[in-house]
Amino acid sequence: MMAEVIALPKKEQSPFSFGKEEKKLITDPLSDNNPITVQILGVCSALAVTTLITKAIIMGIAVTLVTAFSNLITSSLRNYIPKSIRMIVQLVIIAFLVTVVELLLKALNYPIWKDLSVFIGLIITNCIVMGRLEAYAMANKPWKSFLDGIGNGLGYAIILVIVAFFRELLGKGSLMGFKIIGPSADYVLNTTDLSWLSWYTANNLFVLSPAAMFIIALVIWIQRSRIPKLVDIS
Amino acid sequence: MCSFLAVSKSVKTALGLGIAVIFVNGLTIPMNWLIDHYLLGEGGLFGMDLTFLRFIIFISTIAALVQLVEMVVEKFSPSLYNSLGIFLPLITVNCAILGASLFMITKEYNFTQSVSFGLGGGFGWALAIVAIAGIREKMAYSQVPPALRGLGMAFFLTGLMGIAFMGLMGIDPAAFK
Repeated sequence: MMAEVIALPKKEQSPFSFGKEEKKLITDPLSDNNPITVQILGVCSALAVTTLITKAIIMGIAVTLVTAFSNLITSSLRNYIPKSIRMIVQLVIIAFLVTVVELLLKALNYPIWKDLSVFIGLIITNCIVMGRLEAYAMANKPWKSFLDGIGNGLGYAIILVIVAFFRELLGKGSLMGFKIIGPSADYVLNTTDLSWLSWYTANNLFVLSPAAMFIIALVIWIQRSRIPKLVDIS
Repeated sequence: MCSFLAVSKSVKTALGLGIAVIFVNGLTIPMNWLIDHYLLGEGGLFGMDLTFLRFIIFISTIAALVQLVEMVVEKFSPSLYNSLGIFLPLITVNCAILGASLFMITKEYNFTQSVSFGLGGGFGWALAIVAIAGIREKMAYSQVPPALRGLGMAFFLTGLMGIAFMGLMGIDPAAFK
């Protein structure tokens, strides 16, 4: 009898409350605790899919979905997973969700699926998903884990889009597939009037993966100059 | 790639992770070869073509081995276990390992080739992470802007190293069209 009284929380709280703490779970990964620039998770795919903005956006959405729902499922199951086989269980959950996302994309937008199917498969090996499962979902309640997944997915998507913007603009002279700068016949704008747009020669370095490293490094530089507490002295 | 950047602060931890990766890579690739040829293939144990299960089966093999490595490291070297943190379980999602398993299938290696491919791939990865850790340790003597210290510089160095290694392969004319 006594134990029951103690176990009850003082204030009745809805499991889906959305207060200050929950809001922080979403906004923190956008800058202060960004998965790529601060936690160093998900760098590989940031190199692979950032040559075009469209790819980056779709990859960002797909990863957000997978992270959110795998966090939700793992967190609901966390008390039933034995520690010795937890990685296999986590990976089965991730692989299942990735398959769902891939089939969804195939059904909704076939041409883009054809372009991206290899990279969607690679979400399985994206460290963000498993990193958040290990670091957050295994120790927290389902609703909070779900929000944490959304926040981290969005934080990842933001960096992806920033990197892809520069890589596509400087490497191919286009944005979202439309030619903007550089000598080319298929301009969006009429070049005979706007010849100052055609001086640019596309820089092939930006199509190669090291360019993504340099751009992420610059993002980190700017971010850490603005938020001094992130600077590590080591 | 993520563990490559996160764990390369000191040569010692980098070496620990490098050895773990050599071990996992060297064992999973021959194991996946055996599984692929004797269980999943058409002439395999189940008598049907199960190759569509490759992804899940391969990643499970890797996860099982990494789990094993984690237990061993936790038991015998708690200090290394603590300094690696979540990046030890994240060996599972190291693209190099799953990628090598899939590569081994597409290149149709035989068993001995897959053994040496696994060991060689792991060894190359370990070499790269130890090299970058060495460079990062030396960076302590140079004047880097405070905001760029640590992680930012690691990204720059990895990019430069990537360009250097690309030079080893020679310049592919197709990339410049």
